[in-house]
Amino acid sequence: MAKLEELQDIVVQTRRDILRMVHNVNSGHPGGSLGCTEFLVALYNEVMELKDGFDMDGEGEDLFFLSNGHISPVFYSVLARKGYFPVDELGTFRLIDSRLQGHPTTHEGLPGVRVASGSLGQGMSVAIGAALAKKLNGDQHLVFSLHGDGELQEGQNWEAIMYAAGNKVDNLIATVDRNGQQIDGPTNEVLPLGDLKQKFEAFGWDVVEVAKGNDLEAVIAGLNEAKSRTGKGKPVCIMLDTVMGHGVDFMMYTHAWHGKAPNDEQLETALSQNPVTLGDY
Amino acid sequence: MKKYIDQGKNDTRSGYGAAMTELGRTNPNVVALCADLVGSLKIQPFIDENPERFFQVGIAEANMMGIAAGLTIGGKIPFASSFANFATGRVYDQIRQSIAYSDKNVKICASHAGITLGEDGATHQILEDIGLMKMLPGMTVINPCDYNQTKAATLAIADYEGPVYLRFGRPKVANFTPEDQKFEIGKALMLNEGTDVTIVATGHLVWEALIAAEKLEEQGVSAEVINIHTIKPLDEEAVLKSVKKTGCIVTCEEHNYLGGLGESISGLLANQHPTPQEFIATKDTFGESGTPEQLMEKYGLNNKAIVEAVLKVMKKK
Repeated sequence: MAKLEELQDIVVQTRRDILRMVHNVNSGHPGGSLGCTEFLVALYNEVMELKDGFDMDGEGEDLFFLSNGHISPVFYSVLARKGYFPVDELGTFRLIDSRLQGHPTTHEGLPGVRVASGSLGQGMSVAIGAALAKKLNGDQHLVFSLHGDGELQEGQNWEAIMYAAGNKVDNLIATVDRNGQQIDGPTNEVLPLGDLKQKFEAFGWDVVEVAKGNDLEAVIAGLNEAKSRTGKGKPVCIMLDTVMGHGVDFMMYTHAWHGKAPNDEQLETALSQNPVTLGDY
Repeated sequence: MKKYIDQGKNDTRSGYGAAMTELGRTNPNVVALCADLVGSLKIQPFIDENPERFFQVGIAEANMMGIAAGLTIGGKIPFASSFANFATGRVYDQIRQSIAYSDKNVKICASHAGITLGEDGATHQILEDIGLMKMLPGMTVINPCDYNQTKAATLAIADYEGPVYLRFGRPKVANFTPEDQKFEIGKALMLNEGTDVTIVATGHLVWEALIAAEKLEEQGVSAEVINIHTIKPLDEEAVLKSVKKTGCIVTCEEHNYLGGLGESISGLLANQHPTPQEFIATKDTFGESGTPEQLMEKYGLNNKAIVEAVLKVMKKK
């Protein structure tokens, strides 16, 4: 295992990347990005088995699909810091002629991205397809996916959840970012999701709960626990409790920063709470 | 004029099923998906021979399109099939984002397209699917005319890299194209050369266009008949060459005139060679229950309507 401090350094630097990227173009989604930073840093730097370089088919390695594509800032930062593309390219986020589109896409050929996402609710189906292809190819590697909790209001998810259990897609680990927030407010007010753990279990999934989704050790432990439950006839779900906007005190515990960029002063405050570790892009 | 013989009525969807059986034996990367319509899509033989390469998704077309997109990651060539209404309009955004924008090698294969679906009525008779699919950047749109051509088209798209919409139908119709005719995506077929009018037709309307041409010949009108099976990319050269000779055109399709083949051709002609045109297509309306023959008559989609349109368009020259 990489030293925890090293991973923590990536986490903090990723938070700086996210804040600076959205500030630069005065648009983008910092809230969910900051909330999922520990998860994506752990996944790419500690949990997934990855080959060097990138090819679309991804045979012989674990795969990841980001379904809630609006948290592209954290995805891009983690991919760049992992070496998929130059870190300096993060400065082109949402600018004209960039490979770093507002929402992730394969269309501009950005290494590390295997499907477009942004229109919500589609990623689990794609992840299932990729998991089925791995089974057909005799590839023992796993497929991971990440979904917003509000995103589960899209009906296609429940088609996918039903399919994965009914067809024993047990090489899939789908994580739900259970931060309880969406654009218009708390999920409980916009459209209550009910008991998601019970719902997934009722559909036939094996569910791992991670109560501290912004604690690196807890996230790694949860991911490893989920991995240990694969291959047993059930798809595995991680219910990851995170705080939207984590790491920046004034962005936490509110939906206000779901899709809003900080101004100059707010950026300075936010960055001061996340001092440089690896170096800014 | 050249005579075409009906080798025996058959449905285009059976052409799809037969090709899938063949692909199951010849191309190990081909996989099939279906949303609870295996019997209608004629793919049971493929399933019997390749159970591990078939995915029954149930009545969940959105999930089917996403799974198909995912299967391409890992080198599979998914053929995702359902009725045309459920394979396009119902899942437009899934196709748009997960397949077209993501450049996935998915073949969307849609039966029961158009008004000849018949008795089930307008809920199932999609007349907008060509328009929906042709507007997606990078999507190839194919509407074969008979059993043989549907079979050939299905085999051809397996060897083509990129998203394809393959549209076919429910009823048994004349099977008249040669069994061994090679299917070239984007290449129009000259069925009958003529000098007075160009008739281009796609899908079930091709046979009607040939009957119309025979009737027109009896009236001393020389009609050129072109089968455009690939609506996108359109064989622009074939259309332009023909209208430069004949000076007028009738476009024929089992689809709304908005968004269909005729619209693509009028766009081409307006830009390159303005030409009088008549549209054999539904006129921005929903369908209804009835037999295919009754519906083709009522909605002006048969050889009689084509003859009338030809006589009308020739006066505009």
